[in-house]
Amino acid sequence: MPKLIWREPIETTTITNRPPGGETDDASALETVPQPRQALEPKGEPRRRVITLGDIAGRESGGLVVLLVAIGALTLASDEFLTGNNLSNLARQVAIFGIIAVGQLLVILTAGIDLSVGSILGLSGASTAQLLVAGVPILPSILLGVGIGTALGIVNGLLVTRALLPPFIATLGMLGIARGMVLVSTDAQTIQGVPEAFQVIANGTVLGVPNLLIIAAVVTAVMWFVLTRTVFGRYIYAVGSNPESARLAGVPVRMVTISVYMISGLLAGLGGVLLASRLGAGIPTAGTGFELSAIAACVIGGASLFGAKGSAIGAATGALIMGVLNNGGNLLAINAFYLQIAIGVLILVAVGFDQLNTRRSAASGG
Amino acid sequence: MVRPVVELHGVSKAFGPVQALSDVSLGLVPGQVNCLAGENGAGKSTLIKVLTGALRRDSGSYEIDGRPVTAPSPASVRAAGVQAVYQELSLLPHLSVAENLFMGRLPARTGIIARSRLQNRARKALDEVGLTDLSPQAIVERLPAATRQLVEIAKVLTADSVKVIVFDEPTTALTEAESERLLQHILRLRERGMAMLYVTHRLEEMFEIGDWVTVLRDGSLSEAGPISDYDEDRLITAMVGREISSLYPETHRQAGTPALRVRGLRRFDRSPSIDLHVGSGEILGIGGLLGAGRSGLLLSIFGAAPIVAGQLEVGGKPVKPSGPCAMMNAGVGLLTEDRKVLGLLPELSIRENVTIASLRSGSRRGLLPGREQVEEADRLLDSLRLRAGSYDQPVSTLSGGNQQKVLLARWLLTKPKVLMFDEPTKGIDVGAKGELYTVIGDLAASGLGIIVVSSYLPELLGLADRILVLRDGAVAGELPGSATEEDVLRLASGSGGAEPAAEDGSPDGGPSLSDEVPASERTIPPTIPPTPPPTPPSTPPPTPDDPGGVSRDA
Repeated sequence: MPKLIWREPIETTTITNRPPGGETDDASALETVPQPRQALEPKGEPRRRVITLGDIAGRESGGLVVLLVAIGALTLASDEFLTGNNLSNLARQVAIFGIIAVGQLLVILTAGIDLSVGSILGLSGASTAQLLVAGVPILPSILLGVGIGTALGIVNGLLVTRALLPPFIATLGMLGIARGMVLVSTDAQTIQGVPEAFQVIANGTVLGVPNLLIIAAVVTAVMWFVLTRTVFGRYIYAVGSNPESARLAGVPVRMVTISVYMISGLLAGLGGVLLASRLGAGIPTAGTGFELSAIAACVIGGASLFGAKGSAIGAATGALIMGVLNNGGNLLAINAFYLQIAIGVLILVAVGFDQLNTRRSAASGG
Repeated sequence: MVRPVVELHGVSKAFGPVQALSDVSLGLVPGQVNCLAGENGAGKSTLIKVLTGALRRDSGSYEIDGRPVTAPSPASVRAAGVQAVYQELSLLPHLSVAENLFMGRLPARTGIIARSRLQNRARKALDEVGLTDLSPQAIVERLPAATRQLVEIAKVLTADSVKVIVFDEPTTALTEAESERLLQHILRLRERGMAMLYVTHRLEEMFEIGDWVTVLRDGSLSEAGPISDYDEDRLITAMVGREISSLYPETHRQAGTPALRVRGLRRFDRSPSIDLHVGSGEILGIGGLLGAGRSGLLLSIFGAAPIVAGQLEVGGKPVKPSGPCAMMNAGVGLLTEDRKVLGLLPELSIRENVTIASLRSGSRRGLLPGREQVEEADRLLDSLRLRAGSYDQPVSTLSGGNQQKVLLARWLLTKPKVLMFDEPTKGIDVGAKGELYTVIGDLAASGLGIIVVSSYLPELLGLADRILVLRDGAVAGELPGSATEEDVLRLASGSGGAEPAAEDGSPDGGPSLSDEVPASERTIPPTIPPTPPPTPPSTPPPTPDDPGGVSRDA
């Protein structure tokens, strides 16, 4: 029995502006109104409206505007914001978080969710630190740490595709398991004494640019490329749009689904290693609550939890927005609790606007 | 004669440019079963929806008990005594029978359910429909289909006011024996003076329980009269009675080498095995009633539904239907019936929807295929005359006919050898239908093997060179493209043709039973319980004293 998931009702446009009495096949008369949100049409068809930011940047445009406004406001409000020191600080804060958000995005694009990224991050980081303290060389330690995350990601994927557990449940279970594993293996103690050379990875700079920022940018760029330029990327959107349709179009739905959870786990593992490197210690409770922040970043960046909508740039933008707000709050000495409220409101506004847009474009027959 | 409790007069209903009902009148008389007959798309469902208040009529009058109903809503119509038993059951599967019976009006005091009162009332309601040994606490999910259908009827009977009951194909999901029980129950309701509207595709049921028959054709009233005036032939003629228009492409095709050959395909352990073949340049039509296993057969051939046994050959080469991907690579494409659930990727653009099935074959090292594939997709869409502002807009913004063209382009881009269409024109307006027929004809002429499943008989007959009729998951027979709608209906509803008992009876039935089906024929008997002898059932009055006396055995 194929499992059918019914999501948002699909609005279709019936073409009604047929000239009265005319059975002509005049294509222009039957043209539907173009969708407000779509990439520029290369064929140069007549367009009756102004090109908006949404045309150029797509669904991330709202996030970009918010980001620019926030940066502008903070620049005016605080002398410290636009200093090199603060920016590299900001970059370090956001980078790890952005890496996880991009991994989360892949899962969200398939209409799934990965709640286990925070725990996997903690487990990978602490395990790497333990290995290093035990004298294992740096590179194998890192690979093992990332490998643990990847393996747990694969388990998530198998639970979703083979055991047919809902993604929410499968990864909720993994959230508990991974966190429990790290607490058991470290006895809830911080692992200290990692080699200096390891700490340099996350704290070093290249030509003044923090390594962490470079790594996060590379991860985002690679994911952007995968999502927009590869067959696998297109398959991810297809699975998120309608898994049954995708299967009947020859898309290897299971393979794609397992892969996105694997990548999410891999990036969580990478984040854990980088966090351990940045802090110079393996902290068993690291990453607690990251999963929700990563989901928030994706949503603020324009991803839809129903799948098939969102982009890597958007997820990174969302992560940046949250980072900038936190950073600005610190600079302006705003109570951190108010910041939480602000981010909550931001999520609601972002999704609310998206709903409004969808409804309006559906109503206008676009 | 008793005054009708419900009367519809000159009712019309249009959906956009499509006139679904025009000037239809219907009366339901207490103590009578009025059978509503008509082909798929004749307007039966629309009429029922108007009757139950689910749809607003455009014009015409609607009276219940002589009082005009101006703006019916499902709730107000139900309160007035018009109840409906639907084909898709409306029961909540995880709840108990008792809870289902009184859902929405559970006996309660200050919000706490009065359990014993609920049990007692449920017990009474179940006894009333003869389910004396069914516990009210049983979970609906675990009940057999027939019992559920009876629970549904019990639920309808618990309504405060029951004057009219509408049955919408209640026996589709039931076995012969279960149907028989249900029909007996309907007869008992008739004795209690209930007015009933009974919709079914099975002609023999109409003759068994009907008093009156109302035949719809193309949205208007074709004929109506006491069922004793009808025999099966006359009823079918009233349902069909239409020239097959020139909407369909000319069929001067020559079947070439077999493009697809299926041998001994069995979908379940105990299901009959199916053999079929389609030559290149040939259109094979597959007909049958709803639930005869047509869509499932296509899905199995496409590898999207599991099979137990069977061999497939595409273009002479054996293929294992291990999945849609394998069949796609072998050169088979499937356009599913339900475009929204099993076809389109709504959030993706038109172009992306077209290329999705061909990405892998056109890709180099995992990268998206280059500009050439997109241009080819655009050319295909242009040639199918897709009407869209831009091929970059989301596919969900297109109309049904254009969505179908997008899916057709998707499969044409994979350069298939065999293309299967499941209800290709469902939900598509007439203009686009004609275009699709032309395209399908052109594709066959260019050497593709085409399989078309359709419930709409004129379409099936107009398109196909050869028609395979399925019944209860087995091949009931094969007809030439020149067959008539009557032939197909007979084979499909088992009222002649392939049934052994009909050898003596049917006039022009029993047509050209293909030489290759006897194996599957032999497997039919176990699935159908022994049928009663072809004498008219010993049911009370006005049923079938029809002169034709065509055997209605199965």
